[in-house]
Amino acid sequence: MKRLRAEILNVRRAGVYHSLTLVAPEIAERARPGQFVSVAMPEDRRLVLRRHFSVHQASRRGGWAGTLEFVVDPRGAGSSWLGEARAHQFLDVIGPMGKAFAYPQKLDTCLLVGDGHGAAPILFLAQELRARGKRVDMIVSASSEDRVFKPIEAKRVSQTIAIVTRDGSLGEQGRVADVLPRVVEETRAQVVYAAGPRQTLRSVADLCLERRIPSQVAVEESMACGLGMCFTCVVPVIRKDGSGYDNVRSCVDGPVFNTARVFWDQWMGDVPSVLATPPDGFPAVRSWPG
Amino acid sequence: MAGVKPSLAVDLNGVVLASPVIAAAGCLGSDRDGTGLVEVRRLGAVVTRSLTYRPSRGSPTPRVAEAAAGIVTAVGLQNEGVEDFVSHDLPWLARQGAPVIASVAGTTLEEYVHVAGHLQARTGIVALEVHLSGPDQERGHHPFFERIERIAEVVGAVSRVSRLPVFAKLPAMLPDLVDAAHACVRVGAHGLTLIDAIPAMVIDTARLRPKLGSIVGGLSGPAILPIAVAAVYRVARSMPDVPVMGVGGIATSDDAVQFLLAGAWAVQIGTAMLVDPDTPVNVAKGIQAYLGDKGIASPAGIRGRVRDEPASSLGAAT
Repeated sequence: MKRLRAEILNVRRAGVYHSLTLVAPEIAERARPGQFVSVAMPEDRRLVLRRHFSVHQASRRGGWAGTLEFVVDPRGAGSSWLGEARAHQFLDVIGPMGKAFAYPQKLDTCLLVGDGHGAAPILFLAQELRARGKRVDMIVSASSEDRVFKPIEAKRVSQTIAIVTRDGSLGEQGRVADVLPRVVEETRAQVVYAAGPRQTLRSVADLCLERRIPSQVAVEESMACGLGMCFTCVVPVIRKDGSGYDNVRSCVDGPVFNTARVFWDQWMGDVPSVLATPPDGFPAVRSWPG
Repeated sequence: MAGVKPSLAVDLNGVVLASPVIAAAGCLGSDRDGTGLVEVRRLGAVVTRSLTYRPSRGSPTPRVAEAAAGIVTAVGLQNEGVEDFVSHDLPWLARQGAPVIASVAGTTLEEYVHVAGHLQARTGIVALEVHLSGPDQERGHHPFFERIERIAEVVGAVSRVSRLPVFAKLPAMLPDLVDAAHACVRVGAHGLTLIDAIPAMVIDTARLRPKLGSIVGGLSGPAILPIAVAAVYRVARSMPDVPVMGVGGIATSDDAVQFLLAGAWAVQIGTAMLVDPDTPVNVAKGIQAYLGDKGIASPAGIRGRVRDEPASSLGAAT
């Protein structure tokens, strides 16, 4: 992990999103899909915390070598400030942080699900899987057309693509959960990856656990430091031996988790007590992918 | 003094630290915290994550919400318990070379005593700090620090079982903060840490809901700096011989020097380190430069040296 002052090479619009490309060779060389970078806010102290963004693109070779791209959804004060950033401005960046998605060794058919700007790391993952000779299919989802992240690029890197919007302004109308069973069957997905809001990840997990498809999800938890210091970004994760669960930090132990290890009922707030145990006890989970 | 590099060493009545800049509770504690970006050996000391007797899973998420110039957090004392700390994390921390100040927490008086007992005679630990902002199970889950008598009860009990110097971490908003500080010292506290995070809440107006899982959390960061400086000033004026560690919103060496001038013997940094892991090192360098400029040999030389006439009496600010 490196901390550096990185120059913005350019800022591009993609629907409502702003995609920032930085010159950050030390980070770009190491970054893998699922990992993230953190960016410091202006020094006037009004906004305190660094902002954390999944890596959308990290180029090691070619004309873009040493550059790193991440996607900003300008909804809050900090992301809006970054959305207004311009080329040649410098940012205080730390990265790459967190655990990346794991690539399957033997399984070949991968379904990738990206909801909202969760599609940013998913597109990066699609490229890396393709480079390893895997088949990639994709579900890209958002609330409306302008929030569907780079649908044309998604189409380019995947064998088949299903686009779903909550308001039906692009593709099918509905949520990921509405098309997921059909797409899993049609593509004969052997592995599923997802990034997006909690509810979407849960619907992916439910289906994959039911059908015993190995899957990994990248969570989007509110995070103060991203460095493993503050313990604010925890996710309840079942221990490997099934003896219980621990609140683990999504910054250092995630943001990518094996869906079979996440204690979904606890995480979604369906179980009120912090001491809750599932009625059948915790399952023992083998390492990923099965 | 010109040309002589000032020393950064401070002596908190027997607790000798190579630098007055300390990592505040809740940031560091094990080899995996800070992922190597914090230079632990260059810290004056490390205050550990607050330790409970049994492992604690902490508060529901979300645990952090941003406010103007600050953050509101509620981690709920997530930690692996004092035994795990002593056997796993302390040996690593001690190897880093920075003295360790163990933060003692509990939900009952008995738990505080057990935790403090477990931390005695351990290599690396030079002092205890008593965390008092958690809920008191014996008093309707109100924070321990709401009442002076309860503060004194806890601090007294910890001080009696501890052969290590004990610092009581007090909140700023007690109506009689100075009395509370005196009460702590009367029952055996070696010194004080001022201040703890300030109870605070952030509401999501679109969803009509609190932003934090535990509804109310603690405000830290630059927003609380002047509040903390005032607390240190009031207490230090009243009891200049009692070591005070100042904490609250420090991000720059100027912030830290304000605390020293107000009467702090050392300072702690928390929130700013989450944002910039180099903050403690930069603050220490800045303090040294300030002392050098003023021709003062060590941080003790400026301790409590703020004068009571306002700066405006000297004319326009430069």
